[in-house]
Amino acid sequence: MRAPETAAGARILSFGGYQPDNVVTNEDLATTIDTSDEWIRTRVGISSRRIAPATETVDDMAVQAGGKALAGSGLSPADIDLVIVATCSTEAPIPNSAASVAHRLGIVSPGAFDLNAACAGFCYGLGTASAAIRGGSARNVLVIGAEKMSAWVDWTDRSTCIIFADGAGAAVVAPADEPGIGPVVWGSAGDLAQRITIADRDSYLWQDGQAVFRWATTEIHPIAIEACERAGVAVEDLAAFIPHQANLRIIESIARKLGIPRERVADDIVHAGNTSSASIPLALARMAERGELESGSPVLLLGFGAGLCYAGQVVTVP
Amino acid sequence: MTEQEILAGLGEIVEEIAGVPAADVTPAKSFVDDLDIDSLAMVEIAVAAQDKFGVEIPDDQLKDLATVQDVVNFVTKNAEG
Repeated sequence: MRAPETAAGARILSFGGYQPDNVVTNEDLATTIDTSDEWIRTRVGISSRRIAPATETVDDMAVQAGGKALAGSGLSPADIDLVIVATCSTEAPIPNSAASVAHRLGIVSPGAFDLNAACAGFCYGLGTASAAIRGGSARNVLVIGAEKMSAWVDWTDRSTCIIFADGAGAAVVAPADEPGIGPVVWGSAGDLAQRITIADRDSYLWQDGQAVFRWATTEIHPIAIEACERAGVAVEDLAAFIPHQANLRIIESIARKLGIPRERVADDIVHAGNTSSASIPLALARMAERGELESGSPVLLLGFGAGLCYAGQVVTVP
Repeated sequence: MTEQEILAGLGEIVEEIAGVPAADVTPAKSFVDDLDIDSLAMVEIAVAAQDKFGVEIPDDQLKDLATVQDVVNFVTKNAEG
């Protein structure tokens, strides 16, 4: 058997992000549930979030974000041979999102699969894309994190409906002469699996907030340190830290433990909400648009959430 | 560890996590009512206390610790040696 054509490394060419136009503020929520702007901002850090209308699907949002990433990549749809959609909130179990999204983007017969690692999904997807390129299974990969969490949330439950939101973020990944995506450090805590659940198709999202907070603020920062070590990048040399936008308190706690200055930490959650697997690429896309990411600089991505699953890697800004 | 040492250590932790000056962390103070520290910050404080004093404070016991003295007592009672 012949050995595959491998690549020395993989790198991100471009980002793309999309959230629905519909803005829901804390004040909007306070009209229907017992909460307040101040309570939400201090507990979670969110001021407003985007919620998709009933007619807008996970696939729709994935197409928007994927299209933008593709447009910014310099590649044509024909160049993409693998599409990965990280999601845990699709409307239907089959067909998967990836194949339909690929078709709608004019990408012709790529490998296509969905990946469910919840809030760690995008980092899992990026790790998988990088490995596929380096191992010779793919040439150019479109990785999308897309979620419609609002469809799974009980809008009378103030412990969840203030947090979750909708959107998609994407990245185009291509071969490179040297690594532009560091080794992924991924793992899980299945003993805590029941801490964040959607029990079945007729159930709402539920989480043991306190237990998840404790896990995220104790078990996750060592993963960041390991991801930096394995990439050969010092934590102090990171130009930015983009953790899953779960909750601003969690984000700030992890950043504090890593000694990363607050100004280098993504806080997209403030006006985006918690969009699960979309949160990291959405934050990246917006930071790139605003010119906050210096080309060629190393940034750390770190996803963690339901599963409980986590994954992180250092990537070079395109 | 003496109670004074625990109190001082707790004061450092609270200052770092919640930004409350260590000098304000006195025994009779209620975390929620006097120090404006919510349940999420209490979890972080409990975790930091575990690192510092070697005493685990699980979530279900944490909710009963209303004042600074309650935490000091808990740590004193459960500390080894």
